[in-house]
Amino acid sequence: MDYSLLLPELIVLGTALAVILADLFITRKKVLVGLALAGLATAIGMAIIQWPDAPQTLFGGMVAHDPFASFFKVFFPLMAGLVILASEDYVDKFRKYHGEYHALVLLAALGMMLIAQASNLITLYLSLEITAVAFYVLVGIQKDKKSTESALKYVLLSGVASAVLVYGMALVFGFTGSTGLADIAAAIQSMPPAEILNSPGLLMGLVLVIAGLGFKIAAVPFQFWVPDVYEGAPTPITMYLSVASKAAGFALILRVLGSAFVEPGALAQQWAPVVAIVSAIGMTLGNLMAIPQQNIKRLLGFSTVAHAGYILVGLAALGNAPDLSTLAVSSVLFYLIAFAVSDLAAFIAVIAISRRLGSDNFADYAGLARTSPVMAGALTLALLSLIGFPPTAGFLAKFYIFNAGVQADLLWLVVLAAINTVISAYYYFGVIKLLWLREPAERIDVPASGALKTALALSLIGILLFGIVPAAALELSEAAAAMFGP
Amino acid sequence: MEIPYLTLTIAIPIAAAILIAFWPRLPASGIKVLSLLATIVPFILSVIVFAGFDRTAGGSMQYAEKVSWIPLINANYALGVDGLSLPFLLLTTFIGFLVILISWKINLRVREYFAWVLLLQASITGVFLATDFLLFFIFWELELIPMYFLISIWGAGRREYSALKYVLYTLLGGAFILAGILILYFATGSLDIVNLINTDLTEVLKTSSLALTFVFFFLGFAIKLPVFPFHTWLPDAHTDAPTAVSVILAGTLLKMGGYAMIRINAAVFPEEALKFAPFILVLAVINVVYGGAITLKQTDIKRLIAYSSISHMGFVLLGIFALGQVSLVGASLQMVSHGVITGLLFAIVGVVMHNTHERSIPKLGGLAQQTPRTAVIFILGGLGAMAVPATSGFIAEVMVFLGAYSSGVVEGIQVFTLICLLGILLAAAYILWTVQRVFFGQPLPRFEGVHDADRVEQAFSVIFIAAMFVIGLYPRIITDVLDSGLKPIAALFGGS
Repeated sequence: MDYSLLLPELIVLGTALAVILADLFITRKKVLVGLALAGLATAIGMAIIQWPDAPQTLFGGMVAHDPFASFFKVFFPLMAGLVILASEDYVDKFRKYHGEYHALVLLAALGMMLIAQASNLITLYLSLEITAVAFYVLVGIQKDKKSTESALKYVLLSGVASAVLVYGMALVFGFTGSTGLADIAAAIQSMPPAEILNSPGLLMGLVLVIAGLGFKIAAVPFQFWVPDVYEGAPTPITMYLSVASKAAGFALILRVLGSAFVEPGALAQQWAPVVAIVSAIGMTLGNLMAIPQQNIKRLLGFSTVAHAGYILVGLAALGNAPDLSTLAVSSVLFYLIAFAVSDLAAFIAVIAISRRLGSDNFADYAGLARTSPVMAGALTLALLSLIGFPPTAGFLAKFYIFNAGVQADLLWLVVLAAINTVISAYYYFGVIKLLWLREPAERIDVPASGALKTALALSLIGILLFGIVPAAALELSEAAAAMFGP
Repeated sequence: MEIPYLTLTIAIPIAAAILIAFWPRLPASGIKVLSLLATIVPFILSVIVFAGFDRTAGGSMQYAEKVSWIPLINANYALGVDGLSLPFLLLTTFIGFLVILISWKINLRVREYFAWVLLLQASITGVFLATDFLLFFIFWELELIPMYFLISIWGAGRREYSALKYVLYTLLGGAFILAGILILYFATGSLDIVNLINTDLTEVLKTSSLALTFVFFFLGFAIKLPVFPFHTWLPDAHTDAPTAVSVILAGTLLKMGGYAMIRINAAVFPEEALKFAPFILVLAVINVVYGGAITLKQTDIKRLIAYSSISHMGFVLLGIFALGQVSLVGASLQMVSHGVITGLLFAIVGVVMHNTHERSIPKLGGLAQQTPRTAVIFILGGLGAMAVPATSGFIAEVMVFLGAYSSGVVEGIQVFTLICLLGILLAAAYILWTVQRVFFGQPLPRFEGVHDADRVEQAFSVIFIAAMFVIGLYPRIITDVLDSGLKPIAALFGGS
């Protein structure tokens, strides 16, 4: 047993415990932030050192150690670090829970890192719940009415989703006799295709698993929790949910569908159209419902539903043409990177602006470009990247994922996605219009802490870097996706 | 080391835009001078390129630059000019510095304004120079953001509506172009435009998907040109845009559509172009006749010029899809000529509006007495728009009509050509009628003492007019180059 390969996770866990302990004795809370960041940085460094050349499994196939997992072992701690940096201006609101807040952010990251490497339904479910429980508390940590309501909503709906997922897993286990993803794949491959398609229990299990995971990534029709939870949660947590937890969901869904249910083609042909339809409805509905929103967090919430739809194009491509799996999976991973930096930049700007305004209604953002051009510029760049304008990361991300779609014979879906981009431009430009074209009601400037500015600068650099010279990020995604190859 | 002329024509305006945006103490006058420099230098560079261009080399790309950019998908940073793109490079950089002169009186949010104009300039230049599909598309889309801000902040009337309409229409067109690019990329694994032109696509794509790809590209470019029924953004954008942006829009932006139709629809998909030509020619006829007719009933002077562009772009469409050597040269020349003439008309209409604070034609009148210089400039521009001999408009339209009529590639082309001739009549009617209503008749007392065109305005007008007559009197300066670039494309169709 090579426990050392779990060092990144153990470091994050240790840091979380250390933060809680330190909170008892240390009055200067900045130390906690430094501690958390140092722990995350070490974990990232360790994950990079341990980057594997060939996939292997640990603990009797419970945990995978492969480039795909390592990709996320770097991705999630990075996100957690940015969330902590961006939280600096926000944690005053719940000063009493300073230590717990940071520890929970770390624990959520731990859960998500485990999700990415789970190669057994049991570990998968456990890591999913570690993440979910941490998020339940984080969503409600503000303890005001809105926050409590959204936490409750999140707990209940997420609980139902978990139940559905477990039921689906039980069915899959029943039909294949195994909980290990590799064994499931082997069991399915040994069945004649006709038998697979004739076993409603297995298909039902698959559908339930997809449904349970669909909730996590807020795919339609499991998106209804998104706007309320996003609005009620503390903004840094909204950001964490929308970027990291969504990425975790995709990591999971890619891992499960990509490694256990791709072969034989007959089975993939069953779920690919379902994913394609979910994708089509998701992006359309998400965009249409974002149009009338007046609250920036709700707007971004609905827009992430739409973005989940775009990402599902890549997943549908995987199912439709398993031989293109490297392309499809790497396009999803690159999209996640691009979406992460863009959404982070948008949310960080919103955190800074909303704190100053005391409001999330974007009508109050009017004329911000005159009084605080840097913040307005940052938010504008982030929104342009979310639309997919060159030369931002969002553009290339769309290009790759559409590319995967076209190659997998999903032209109709790609055209629909492209048209959806136009729809999304309409409401994103609504915000941009307010920022730049209106006269400001009062002179406000947006002060921000150094930590927040650092996080913002990092994500803005990411937007431009991945948009103009994406080679490094692309190669990383490609390397991480290669293990799904036939 | 060789000087990367083409990159510089794009990089200099971008660098200046960044400098202007982030140099806080730069005064307004400094911004204007810097902008002028950052557009004159690319113009000089493109003149150097024009002078050094080898006209006998056929259709190959010259001054080519190529750097591997995203090796994973085989995308390169690749620029180059051939006989087709060179005149457009010249046109873009030419209009580029005139636009700065036209913007000289801007004093609202000066810093942002000039930064956006320079970025716009760079992205349009990039469209004409890119020989890599991804790069081409990036420049194609990049142009939208400056346009949005320029129209919606410095425009007039329903400027926000028009700006958003422009963005959404063009973005929709972009979506189709992107789909087309992806299909081609999927089939050939290449994003190199030159390479794709030389590839026989019938071997890698089914006929139905070839047709689909052709239509996708055409839709995207047709929105830009604009072709009926995708033209409705144009009058709105034109009318509400600030003067200088109208000049860019008419002068160079629309040409992106026509240029791309020749470069991609005709050169990459010759068989589909031939197949779809009759349908597209119907659209061309509608553009010419409907556009001209609707121009006649405009009462807003700026809207009038905008609609006249739709009619003139119909000629371009006719010339392109007649698919003959002469007609293609004529269509390209018409685009260049229209860029100059309509640029001049929009600029001088801007002067009229600025000085009289009036844009409704019925409320204007007799201005020739009060502002004689403005009147002369407008009338000279009008002569070009009416295609009077010795102007560039004349030679361009003659080539379009002669070339189309005798191209012999598309069946029934003579009928289409003859109907389109109506456009010339309509142009004469709306231009002369406008001149009469605006500049002649009884001078109105309310315009007593109105300013005439000032020095800067005279300066850019003279440059425009000079360009119009130079091309009109010695068209070979452009047509020789166009000829060398279009010969290989026309050869695909075997017409004359």
